[in-house]
Amino acid sequence: MILRLNPSSGIPLYLQLIEQIKHAIETEAIRAGEQLPSVRRMAEDLVINPNTVAKVFRELERTGVIEVRHGAGAYVRSSVVSRTKLMRKAQDIVGAAVDRLESMELTEDEVRRIVENDLASRRSKSGKK
Amino acid sequence: MDEWLIEARDLRKSFGSQTALDGLQLQVPPGSIYGFLGKNGAGKTTTIELLLNIIKPDSGHASIFGVPITDVRRCAEVRRRIGFVSEDKGLYPYMTVGQIIRFTRPFFPAWRDDLERRYLEAFSLPLNKKVGDLSKGMGSKLMLLLAIARGADLLILDEPTDGLDPAAVDDVLRELVSIAASNGTTIFFSSHQLAEVEQIADHVCIIDRGKAVVTGALDELKAQYQRIQVVVDRELSSAVRWVDGVVRVRQEGRTLSLLVSRNVEAILAQIRSLPGASTEQFPVSLKDIFLETVRNN
Repeated sequence: MILRLNPSSGIPLYLQLIEQIKHAIETEAIRAGEQLPSVRRMAEDLVINPNTVAKVFRELERTGVIEVRHGAGAYVRSSVVSRTKLMRKAQDIVGAAVDRLESMELTEDEVRRIVENDLASRRSKSGKK
Repeated sequence: MDEWLIEARDLRKSFGSQTALDGLQLQVPPGSIYGFLGKNGAGKTTTIELLLNIIKPDSGHASIFGVPITDVRRCAEVRRRIGFVSEDKGLYPYMTVGQIIRFTRPFFPAWRDDLERRYLEAFSLPLNKKVGDLSKGMGSKLMLLLAIARGADLLILDEPTDGLDPAAVDDVLRELVSIAASNGTTIFFSSHQLAEVEQIADHVCIIDRGKAVVTGALDELKAQYQRIQVVVDRELSSAVRWVDGVVRVRQEGRTLSLLVSRNVEAILAQIRSLPGASTEQFPVSLKDIFLETVRNN
């Protein structure tokens, strides 16, 4: 599993890390039952705050992505893998949509902005944060 | 343990007619890596010197480990738990690296031989070289080793990466993260390098003209601050300028750019209710927050 973060972006690091770990699981770079590196190891490898990594692990545990066994580390739960197929399907849909947008000569930035703004306006319409 | 490892309330300090600190508030949680940001002359070094009781405040209170900085009786006990690295590195230039380590060690009963060995190796410090002959980067690393190996619970670092080349900066950041991860050491460091603060800090304070202008958990700040860009049909600038949470408004032609520090959803809803307004929302980096809050004050 190779993680790459961008500390200078406006997206909080813990959100970036959660997304990347989930992505690593979805693409099977790390599989169900496999162990994640320790908080300390991950913080040292990525040169980021260990509290940030700890927060990510807490959040992934709370949402059922990983299971933290006391003193034995964090493991990917088998239940999340069922989403792998779903995500592959979603990837196909997004791929086809992006192909169409590109054929309309939209740039990568424009595509990204449209998607992000659509998600943002859905969020604000549904009234939650 | 107190709620805050370092706390400052309404600290004031002037040098002659120059106001250095103008009612500074500071709350550093235990176990955090705390980035203390500001332009040159904003009051960073003055704050650190006050915390270490090198100079005295005109008014206000500060405590470290719950002990008031003016408590002479317990001052030595507190100082022993603090590792300090200053900007002007006060090392004896005629001593070798090995000599200065042997000279420093007896002052600190909690000295960690394992950490001394570890950082000698990690920083590739030459034991037999005179301190005066070390490069700036090596000098900083030696100071850091001396601060860490005393078994400190708190590191106070005044611009620890100032003047270092990018590889040395990366070494130092990596070791700071490692020391925080393995020992739970609280690290308070001043810097004007936004990128390094953004990389390793979980809490930040931006100080400007002796006042804390932005403070908080970095993740929360990034979640709260947003840039909203609006394309409008008509003059709108004055309508939104005074809405609660709008930090700054810039207008170019029909495009309006808002920096928002809170209430993002409410502000968006208000703008969307205007006729013909289309909005876009962007995340904001620490650099944006810094420049917008410090530049034009």
